[in-house]
Amino acid sequence: MKPKGIILFAFYFLFLAIILIPLVAANAQQPTPSDDEVNAIARQLFCPVCENTPLDVCPTQACRDWRELIRQMLAEEKTPDEIKQYFVDHYGARVLSEPPRAGLNWLVYIVPPLVFLTGVYFLFRAFRTARLSACGEAWRRLPKESVAKAGPGSEPAADDEYVARLEEELRRRE
Amino acid sequence: MGQNSTNSAAVTRPGAPLWVQILIWIGLLVLLFFLGIGLFRAQHPIISLDSVVPDFTLKLFDGYQYQGAGQISLSDLRGKVVVVNFWASWCVTCADEAPYVEAAWRYYQPAGQVVFLGVDYTDVESKALKYLSNFNITYPNGPDLGTRITPIFNRTIAMPETYIIDQQGVLRHEQIGPFQSLAEIRSTIDPLLVGR
Amino acid sequence: MLAEFGFGVLVISFVTALFSVGAASYGYFAKSERWIESARRAMLLAFPLISFSALVLIYLLATGHFELEYVYSVTNRAMPLYLKITALWGGQAGSLILWSWLMSAFAMAVTLRKWERDREFLPWVVVVTAVTLAFFLSLSIFFENPFARWWQTLNGEMVLHLFAPAGATLFVPANGQGLNELLRHPGMVIHPPMLYLGFVGFVIPYAFAMAALITGRTDDRWIRIARRWALWAWLFLSCGLVLGMWWAYDVLGWGGYWGWDPVEVAALMPWLTGTPFLHTVMIQEKRGMLKWLNMLLIIATYGLVVYGTFLTRTGLLSSVHAFAQSSIGPMFLSFISVTVFISVFLVIYRWKDLRSEGSFGSTSLLSREALFLLAALLFIGVLIVCIWGVHFPLFSDILTGQTVTVGPPFYIRAVAPLFAFLLLLMGVAPLSSWTHASLTTIGRAIWKPAIPTVLVPVVLVALRLRSVAALIGLTLIAFVVCVTLYEFGRGVAARSHTQHESIFLASWHLISRNRRRYGGYVTHLGMVMMGLAIIGIQVFQTTTQKSLAVGESLQLDGYTIRYESLAQFPYVDGRIVTRAVVSVLKNGKYLGELHPRYDYYPDGQTMTIPAIRSTLADDLHIILVNWEDVSELQTPFRVYHNPLVIWLWIGSFVFVFGTLVAGWPERERKK
Repeated sequence: MKPKGIILFAFYFLFLAIILIPLVAANAQQPTPSDDEVNAIARQLFCPVCENTPLDVCPTQACRDWRELIRQMLAEEKTPDEIKQYFVDHYGARVLSEPPRAGLNWLVYIVPPLVFLTGVYFLFRAFRTARLSACGEAWRRLPKESVAKAGPGSEPAADDEYVARLEEELRRRE
Repeated sequence: MGQNSTNSAAVTRPGAPLWVQILIWIGLLVLLFFLGIGLFRAQHPIISLDSVVPDFTLKLFDGYQYQGAGQISLSDLRGKVVVVNFWASWCVTCADEAPYVEAAWRYYQPAGQVVFLGVDYTDVESKALKYLSNFNITYPNGPDLGTRITPIFNRTIAMPETYIIDQQGVLRHEQIGPFQSLAEIRSTIDPLLVGR
Repeated sequence: MLAEFGFGVLVISFVTALFSVGAASYGYFAKSERWIESARRAMLLAFPLISFSALVLIYLLATGHFELEYVYSVTNRAMPLYLKITALWGGQAGSLILWSWLMSAFAMAVTLRKWERDREFLPWVVVVTAVTLAFFLSLSIFFENPFARWWQTLNGEMVLHLFAPAGATLFVPANGQGLNELLRHPGMVIHPPMLYLGFVGFVIPYAFAMAALITGRTDDRWIRIARRWALWAWLFLSCGLVLGMWWAYDVLGWGGYWGWDPVEVAALMPWLTGTPFLHTVMIQEKRGMLKWLNMLLIIATYGLVVYGTFLTRTGLLSSVHAFAQSSIGPMFLSFISVTVFISVFLVIYRWKDLRSEGSFGSTSLLSREALFLLAALLFIGVLIVCIWGVHFPLFSDILTGQTVTVGPPFYIRAVAPLFAFLLLLMGVAPLSSWTHASLTTIGRAIWKPAIPTVLVPVVLVALRLRSVAALIGLTLIAFVVCVTLYEFGRGVAARSHTQHESIFLASWHLISRNRRRYGGYVTHLGMVMMGLAIIGIQVFQTTTQKSLAVGESLQLDGYTIRYESLAQFPYVDGRIVTRAVVSVLKNGKYLGELHPRYDYYPDGQTMTIPAIRSTLADDLHIILVNWEDVSELQTPFRVYHNPLVIWLWIGSFVFVFGTLVAGWPERERKK
């Protein structure tokens, strides 16, 4: 091959490379976030306008705009928390799927377990009182000798067993 | 302890203690109270005609300013008629009335007695700015950040809506839906400028 | 003409209900049998009268009388007949009529029962039922009149009224607005009536409870009567809830069946007190204890029924289901306040009678009554989570001005451990015994079903299941299944041995002689099947969305969905159907074709209809995403892979069957 041809070829090659490489690099730097990535964040948000509709299934034009906004923010490599915070700043706390843990909102998370545990406490207390009173009953009914032998704190275990067996028999005969 | 507690247990059944009963009654009453308020609010808006509008601050979009500042408070505008226009880029009928509102602003601006405020309700900023430049809108516009301003006027807003506030800060006119013409806008504002 | 007729009959039934209330109360205090009997007979009139009125309204809907505002708002010419009829409950006014209609049916049923034995309850059962009926009728008559019509007055104004204002002429629109497209589904046909049947059904046991409190007959009698009614009401309510889930899954396009929407939660709340009621009545029957708890549970159920109806219809909650704003709110609030206050007052007044005689007796926390109590506590725990979650946005708004959303993450996190404990109890309680049970007695009973149960998590971990929640849930479900089957096996074996019957005959006799117990076990099995589906979809659901051109495909969990073609064509009723054809392959093997589509209606509304492929193991749920741009080059599809979802529907059939077995009236035994 003539030297002139080689130089020309190299020239063209360089020329193309200078044009193409930045283009390829640019594309590689910003892949468009997929629908799934957008939806993963949209699911955690509620539509600011519609009633109680998660953002990933909301069909309105406004929601389409918001999903595109999420896509853009993801392309800018914002984290999910940053995106959610942006939505809260712009549209209010109601876009989150549960109240942010601040101020009065702590009550949301605290009250139900508190009430439930109070109920459990009362239940246990009722049974403890019953157990104590029943213990006293059984204590009084036991003959004196067995009391002396067994010592305080022993349960009427024999009664329990027998009654349980009796119940079983009765049930089987039903 | 066993003997005594048995006797007392059989005689006075400790059921739900009195304080629990009282607590439950109070709880029910508090719930009723809240429900009553909730119902009342659901059926009556926060402000109504001829009531003073609470103060709010609108932070303006880039490229918009009012008297050199990037935000406006309603209280700063006492002494002028204020037209608060709610819109969004995704609202189809807002686009219908946009030319008329802008024309009305250009009509009233020289005299300086009327201020138009555009409040962008739950919108994407890039789309909002595109909307504004499409219609060459020049009056102060800003997003309703955190959706704090809209609930003052209407909790269940259906765009577009426009509220006209007089020089004393009293709400004088509610426009639900788009204006149909420039004349219609003028007919709501002019009476307020005359009777001073 | 017809509209006036329909309205007039409604007013007559309202007056009749009021008469029943007055006559029954007077008869009770004056001790006059005649007046009480008269009140009862007046109640019998309610159903025929309201039926007439409802049928008139249905006729007006079916024939397109658009001068009635209600007909205008829920029907149009293009709708098929069955939808026009079911549009009766498509809007506020009509669904209130449906409520009253079903209430009157139950009122008639209760007045037709044999009253010789429980004569003292009759006046108050009539009063409570008639008061509830009168309340709902008053809403229809004074606030939300379905027969109101459009009139055009002389100065051109449009006015809504039943009778003609002076000088006005009837205005008949050419066509109606039509039902919201989401409501045009078979689910719409059956879900509201079933749900309302459940709601009104609970009024009867409540009426008996009130009668017991007022007359002082707080012994077992009211429970034995009320239990049957409560079981049927519970069955209808459960079916209504499941039908709602099916409808949501089939039509709403988000691949789920329960969104923890406030209206859904409001319908669930009575179920959360009705279910423990069905269990704690057994404690009162067997041990004579906890009468106050049964009273409170049934009062709460009734209160929550009316309260749920109130929340849904008065615009207090932000919800996709809620009816439009209405002025009936204050009426509802007053009615609920008065009834709750009266009921609680009566309970306090009769408190001494409601305390059990003698000591609590049971000392063991593992005895059956203790476990039932614990179960009741857990259900109430779920109820508290629901009540708090539904109301908190209201509190937050009033106290701080900030609106917040309480959504699924809150509910799921709070409710999952409670339901897990309930599963555990479902397994332990059948093995426990009344009054006495200890770890040893239960331990002896439990080791046999425990062995296969323990194998389950081992196998699951070996299958590389890593989710702790799923492991716990599936183990507990396996536990309940093993215990239930063990109980069946034990009972059949015992009977077969002692009665010398074959296995089949023994099973038949065992179940028919112990309908409540074994029917209950079958119901539990149905419930855990539903639990299986819930775990499947909650923990293992996967989804993907992608825009495809014809010929391209997307992948999800080993499934390949290949886009074959797109077609758009008009349909007979004027809608334009856009339908895609996709092929489904799994690991290369061709499984079939699916047709997701969306319909564009003449009035501008669009309805998305997913294509669902169900197997016992999982569901493939494919949606044509019509709210993004659709063309042959760029068609967005969303695919949900929902494992085990079909068990939700299988489980519901099973629990219906179980409840029918448990509730079927037993023939009187020949002594």
